[in-house]
Amino acid sequence: MNAPRTTGSQLPPPMAVLLELTHRCPLQCPYCSNPLQMDQVKSELGTAEWKSVLDQAAKLGVLQVHFSGGEPTVRPDLAELIRHARAVGLYTNLITSGVAANKARFDEMVAAGLDHVQLSIQDSDAATAEKIGNYAGAQQKKLTFAKWVREAGLPLTLNAVVNRHNIDRVGEMIDLAVSLDAARVEIANVQYYGWALKNLAALMPRFDQFEASIATVAAARERLKGKIVIDYVVPDYYAKVPKACMNGWGQRFMNITPAGKVLPCHAAETIPNLQFDSVRDRPLAEIWAKSSAFEAFRGTDWMPELCKGCDQREIDWGGCRCQAMALTGSASEADPACGKSPFHAQLRGMAEAASHAAAPEFQYRRITPRVDQKSDAPEPVAG
Amino acid sequence: MTADATTGALDLESRPRLAPGVRLKYDEARSCWVVLAPERVLMPDETALEVLQRLDGKKTVDALVAELVTAYDADRGEILADVTELLNGLLEKRVLAL
Ligand SMILES: C[S@@+](CC[C@H](N)C(=O)[O-])C[C@H]1O[C@@H](n2cnc3c(N)ncnc32)[C@H](O)[C@@H]1O
Ligand code: SF4
Ligand code: SF4
Repeated sequence: MNAPRTTGSQLPPPMAVLLELTHRCPLQCPYCSNPLQMDQVKSELGTAEWKSVLDQAAKLGVLQVHFSGGEPTVRPDLAELIRHARAVGLYTNLITSGVAANKARFDEMVAAGLDHVQLSIQDSDAATAEKIGNYAGAQQKKLTFAKWVREAGLPLTLNAVVNRHNIDRVGEMIDLAVSLDAARVEIANVQYYGWALKNLAALMPRFDQFEASIATVAAARERLKGKIVIDYVVPDYYAKVPKACMNGWGQRFMNITPAGKVLPCHAAETIPNLQFDSVRDRPLAEIWAKSSAFEAFRGTDWMPELCKGCDQREIDWGGCRCQAMALTGSASEADPACGKSPFHAQLRGMAEAASHAAAPEFQYRRITPRVDQKSDAPEPVAG
Repeated sequence: MTADATTGALDLESRPRLAPGVRLKYDEARSCWVVLAPERVLMPDETALEVLQRLDGKKTVDALVAELVTAYDADRGEILADVTELLNGLLEKRVLAL
């Protein structure tokens, strides 16, 4: 099972593909993992192109498709794409902020055969949630959306991204998930790439906040056993072992941007000098097997000596390439989340320092980032 | 209020079924059966597959065990113990619901 998969011929098919249908989004989360340079509407793949992607993915052996973005529900053809995905045998998951679709649109998605919904919240507390998403009235829309999901009989996962402003409420977030009848809640500390890295100081929780959240989650798991599954993704900067990012670069997963670029992970464009192929130019199967961006960090050949000689190398695959890039300046270093990385102490120190300083203002996610950050005061945005 | 609660204890009269959002399908690319669930794909072993394919939400655990006893000409006590363990595991993973 764990043999290095470095050549195209022994390569297993991908398990899942995440389609970023659009980068448009009514919310402006300062931790958004989307890139700073986002795809414009006019460059987005059309309905026929996405359908072809779904056909190719199913043929290649992909089992699950995640519809994400940006906000996938702003695409009028979402239900049509869900129907197509089901027709070719794919398991369909919608990853949504829940603020953009009305009931009729949602019913269309259900009728199209949607299998599962992952709804994101910014906080359990409405005021902070709406400050983080920079969208007045978002919380009520989300709660209503969750109700529609359960009334339709679909399983619901609630996703909450935690940071210094809301991590003290992980208990309330779990309770909210229970009250919404979610089968699972995923509480994830911010991963620092894209907009999140730009906002690191405004988001990084203190270590004691993190420790308290661990205890809260452990107690909730005990209390709610059999009622709800609670997944907790701990913050890399306070971790000792890195995450098995993407379950290994180019081993399980593909991410397709609104304009059709195929990435081994959604942040891969932050690594300079990688060449990404587009579904507009090359068949998906060929991209999976041969795209140089996928080959670059597949298996263990690319690893630094530190990882090559480590017994965890085929468990965590050296961690996150994008984080190594962002924090060490080289994508071929071990993820500095690893306690053995020479950069680990520095990383931890930086996180501690940022978390104890006063939180700067958010720099909100914008398709065209403004130069004047003073104008970033929360304001309602038309849906 | 929860239609797909997995908390109810399993007994002989329970009628387990695939939980909402869970599908069993044959995967041509890998030539094996897969269980597709939210955020997860499981590859059932032979025994699990045998059980999963027989569940329809109408059949009781008692009837399932009886079928397996006949099919494998095996001891009822043993089958019941194995099936109970398997079903409880799948209920906990939310692959099955009662
Ligand atoms: C980028 S969003 C796109 C879909 C949709 N707009 C939403 O928010 O659900 C996909 C998921 O990633 C989560 N997410 C976004 N940025 C993140 C980050 N920096 N770290 C961890 N999770 C993040 C969101 O909460 C959401 O569940
Ligand atoms: S994380 Fe927030 S800003 Fe980013 S796409 Fe989702 S809702 Fe929009
Ligand atoms: S040294 Fe490399 S392989 Fe070993 S735990 Fe750290 S990141 Fe993982």
